[in-house]
Amino acid sequence: MKVLVAVKRVIDYNVKIRVKPDNSDVDLTNVKMAMNPFCEIAVEEAVRLKEAGTASEVVAVSIGPKAAQEQLRTALALGADRALHVQTDERVESLGAARALAKVVEEEQPELMILGKQAIDSDNNQTGQMLAALTGRPQGTFASAIKVEGDSLEVIREVDGGLQTVSLKLPAIVTTDLRLNEPRYAKLPDIMKAKKKPLETRTPEEMGVEVASQLKLVSVEPPAERQGGVTVGSVDELVDKLKNEAKVIS
Amino acid sequence: MSILVLAEHHDGHLAEGTAHVVAAARQIAEHSGADIDVLVAGEGVAAIAEAAAGLEGVARVRVADHAVYGHQLAEPLGDLLVALADDYSHVLAAGSTTGKNALPRLAALKGTQQISEIIAVVSADTFKRPVYAGNAIATVQSADALKVITVRPTAFDAVAEGGSASVEAVDTVVDNDLSSFIDEKLAQSDRPELGSAKVVVSGGRGMGNGENFKLLDGVADKLGAAIGASRAAVDAGFVPNDMQVGQTGKIVAPDLYIAVGISGAIQHMAGMKDSKIIVAINKDEEAPIFQVADYGLVGDLFELVPELEKKL
Ligand SMILES: Cc1cc2nc3c(=O)[nH]c(=O)nc-3n(C[C@H](O)[C@H](O)[C@H](O)COP(=O)(O)OP(=O)(O)OC[C@H]3O[C@@H](n4cnc5c(N)ncnc54)[C@H](O)[C@@H]3O)c2cc1C
Ligand SMILES: Nc1ncnc2c1ncn2[C@@H]1O[C@H](COP(=O)(O)O)[C@@H](O)[C@H]1O
Repeated sequence: MKVLVAVKRVIDYNVKIRVKPDNSDVDLTNVKMAMNPFCEIAVEEAVRLKEAGTASEVVAVSIGPKAAQEQLRTALALGADRALHVQTDERVESLGAARALAKVVEEEQPELMILGKQAIDSDNNQTGQMLAALTGRPQGTFASAIKVEGDSLEVIREVDGGLQTVSLKLPAIVTTDLRLNEPRYAKLPDIMKAKKKPLETRTPEEMGVEVASQLKLVSVEPPAERQGGVTVGSVDELVDKLKNEAKVIS
Repeated sequence: MSILVLAEHHDGHLAEGTAHVVAAARQIAEHSGADIDVLVAGEGVAAIAEAAAGLEGVARVRVADHAVYGHQLAEPLGDLLVALADDYSHVLAAGSTTGKNALPRLAALKGTQQISEIIAVVSADTFKRPVYAGNAIATVQSADALKVITVRPTAFDAVAEGGSASVEAVDTVVDNDLSSFIDEKLAQSDRPELGSAKVVVSGGRGMGNGENFKLLDGVADKLGAAIGASRAAVDAGFVPNDMQVGQTGKIVAPDLYIAVGISGAIQHMAGMKDSKIIVAINKDEEAPIFQVADYGLVGDLFELVPELEKKL
């Protein structure tokens, strides 16, 4: 079966972000960018399906600026067969991404599409669910295990109360949670090989989709800073402070 | 036009989160003058509907009681919301795994960009929400006719009980042959729910193994606390996934949060830094958790935690 994975270029998860002085947005100049960690898990799962002989082809898709091709090359180095870049400089949010992905699904007809559960920049957690709705396919969100069973897919989901197992009729959409797998690192020879793998670039205009966000970003502010507290010297002092100063225990 | 709140419920009980989401809806209603409806969707949910009718500020509870809504799978829930949405200016749900699962489907089918996990209502179309693991707060404005919103429950004080809304059946029944429920393994615990507990004690990689997490039980027992964990502790298999606190786990804001053997990565802090008082117990005095802790205790948790239990 053909598997599509969606990868988003985001700020590296280790970087502490800064807000621009004019409060118009977060400052991303000269900031280290990377593949969204949940997308790394999506790529890994797709590649494992291919290694197991379940998937026949893995196609990576990204919507974003020219530089998003770096993340597509990473996906190719990790084992994707080809990549599709929907190039735009617009501020794209989940609905726009889902619309573009739905168009790709219509053209490519994959049996399985794997996305991250959440992009760590917007923290939206929407795109996979939106894509499922737009394509009329079932969704297995926050997946910690998936198994193809004939023409359906069994998905174990991480939910607030514990774990839930659902069965989805293929073709289906899956979004990854942290425990689905542990992504591999790309090896140097694979990074070299990835440079020769096919990467197609298209624009939202020629695909006939609107990707720009419908939400107006009014302002962005740093959060209220917490005042660092004190170091206490002993458990007795801690208990005393909690009782008599903070008054949070009795 | 009215505001619709999707009720959160589990195991036959209305979840605490709903009263917080209704509180957010009331703030929107102050700007728009709208009535608030609550939708209870599920199977055998009459008692839940009664509980929802008692929430202050709710005008009407709509009950979709049918087997297709059992287990609240996203596909039928999304279709039900789409069928009802034309009566509403706003549809709200908790930023729970149920709300996150279903609401984007409604948003997509209505051509709306959903606004996730709002923490403040500025006006009927403008909201504040954390982005980048809470390291920035974005103010966003929606021009979409329908606003689809998930709410961070800890950011809004729950409405009181004492309301007396009308309860009406919704007879819309949708089909679902796309997905089916197989089973679930839910955590069994006598402790308070993590998201609404007044005290939370969390353990990290420093706990060393799952067995050692029992050390936290004694402290939690004395404080009536819920127990949480860092991602590292969950990944290592010390404790189940439903205990993860953080950017991509649960958000908590108790009166007292005690972090034990947790370094304080930004992804963890995103889930707990709105706690009123934070205590950190860590042997590394350079650990970032101390930068947000009101009271830091530097030392070996295997000595300090048993001592703390004894002295509480
Ligand atoms: C996409 C993504 C999402 C993530 N989401 C989350 C999330 O939701 N929640 C989350 O928590 N993390 C999340 N993380 C992981 C996060 O980046 C950190 O890796 C994680 O929080 C570290 O957990 P920890 O503090 O338990 O472990 P460590 O960072 O290893 O810290 C262990 C601490 O224990 C202390 N210690 C060890 N032994 C003792 C002892 N005997 N006595 C006292 N102290 C001791 C050490 O000094 C150290 O500070 C996410 C990461 C990514 C990439
Ligand atoms: N611009 C994009 N390009 C490719 N994939 C995306 C994009 N935006 C979101 N996604 C996918 O959707 C997932 C969840 O993102 P979100 O719902 O926006 O938090 C990501 O992990 C990606 O797999």
